[in-house]
Amino acid sequence: MNEEKRRELVEVLADDARRSTDDLARMLDASADDVEKEIEALEDEGVLRGYTAVVDWEEFDDDRAEAYVEVNVSLDRETDYVDIADRIARFPEVTSLTLVSGNYDFGLTVEADSMNDVSAFVSEKVAPVPEITQTVTHFVMDKYKERGFGMGDGDDDERLSVSP
Amino acid sequence: MKDGNWSGEIAERVRTVPPSGIRRFFELAEEQEDVISLGVGEPDFSAPWGAREAGISSLETGRTSYTANRGKRELREEIARDVRRYGLDYSPEDEIIVTTGVSEGVDLAFRALFDPGDTVAVAQPAYVSYEPGVTFAGAEPLPVPTRAEDEFKLTYDALRDAGAGDADGLIYCYPNNPTGAVMTRDELGEVAEFCRQNDLVVLADEVYADLTYESKHASIATLDGMRERTVVFNGFSKAYAMTGTRLGYALGPSDAVGAMNRIHQYTMLSAPTTAQYMAIEALRRCADEVEEMRQEYNRRRNLVLSRLGEMGIDPFEAKGAFYVFPRVPDGDDETFAEELLKQEEVAVVPGRVFGEGGEGHLRMSYATGMDELKKAMDRIEGFVERNY
Repeated sequence: MNEEKRRELVEVLADDARRSTDDLARMLDASADDVEKEIEALEDEGVLRGYTAVVDWEEFDDDRAEAYVEVNVSLDRETDYVDIADRIARFPEVTSLTLVSGNYDFGLTVEADSMNDVSAFVSEKVAPVPEITQTVTHFVMDKYKERGFGMGDGDDDERLSVSP
Repeated sequence: MKDGNWSGEIAERVRTVPPSGIRRFFELAEEQEDVISLGVGEPDFSAPWGAREAGISSLETGRTSYTANRGKRELREEIARDVRRYGLDYSPEDEIIVTTGVSEGVDLAFRALFDPGDTVAVAQPAYVSYEPGVTFAGAEPLPVPTRAEDEFKLTYDALRDAGAGDADGLIYCYPNNPTGAVMTRDELGEVAEFCRQNDLVVLADEVYADLTYESKHASIATLDGMRERTVVFNGFSKAYAMTGTRLGYALGPSDAVGAMNRIHQYTMLSAPTTAQYMAIEALRRCADEVEEMRQEYNRRRNLVLSRLGEMGIDPFEAKGAFYVFPRVPDGDDETFAEELLKQEEVAVVPGRVFGEGGEGHLRMSYATGMDELKKAMDRIEGFVERNY
């Protein structure tokens, strides 16, 4: 598969990973075999890290809590960002972890069953890490868009059903 | 008028034009509830947010007055810059006019360039408005059928065989609605030759120019000796998904554009102002979104062509716009379309409503989300298996 098609395959999967291999092959004008092989290669190379659904938990009546946590750290000769990130990322409550520029170092997304659980997690698991000097927790109050998907009501197609 | 009866009052050139065949299919489709429609001639995307935002902001700042007849100078300058991509070079001063959709531009050209008794050759299958437009302008339409064997391209022979040598003008649309056909520069060469030999004015509707999938769009106006006899039409409806904002433009020699503007200034005054602000932004900063839409259309096109091929339907490889124009197994496009709608609730348009050469084919639009498109293909597959 050439580089252009490979890129398009990744873009199409990033848009919707649930498509069948046959449909992907049709869309990209490639053979199903090639698509299958390319996906395996991309997984092996670590380009494709996983496939998940974007869930609106509120619609599912699941009152889980989510928070963004700003984390400041102090480094020393033995400890760098990767060491600290490794340590924090292992907790299943941490759903994303990024190093950012600006007023703080790490941005975390934390998910748990309740706000209490999130608070407890931050104060008992994150804050006590020796290199962490400060945490600021922002609870998510409402969600409007996630990974490209709007969380409002869907847009109705108002076009005429048949037009010239 | 007798007893409020208008039948004797309606002008003959209006009375004699039948309602569009597409209308009947629209009514049939409207009667059913869960129709998946492949019958839509407009994008399923919304206009790029940047363009919409520019429209909103123009309203917030009170930009609600008329613009110059020919359109805002700023917009004409952006258009002049943009069409250079296709090798087209027109002066914003007197060779560009902004119109209320391409439809208005085409209508202006019919009325400005042809006299009663003139003949305008219409390449078909075609967008349904050209023939009536010629008639409303008082001229005579002359259908020029193109053929599936030629991939629905317009050829020298097709023009000659239809008697277009005696016509005064020619209108065509490539990339084509309804066939999805495109024409390369070389292929346009023979059309250009015919038009030069027979002194035809050319109206080139290029509204789908940005939507080609295998080669870059070629405009006939860039061929030798053609700029001076051609008016090119384009607009924002298709590539920028702005059908409802109604904005198009025409490019041509100053005499032609000036004559079109003479009508435009009395009948339309100026194209919608909000839409013009949207269009300026669209041309300046929305190229990436257009490209993304184009790529998505291409993936859908691939999916549809390959699914049709798997069903044993000859899809004829459409290379532009967002339509495929496959041949119906038994050649009866109307029955296929009606039964498909009744049995499977999928709306397509029978090719015959687009004029000569369209019979026996179906127009399927892939301006529909991938999931719906897949469902439609599944239903068509079942339908073909059961009935053909």
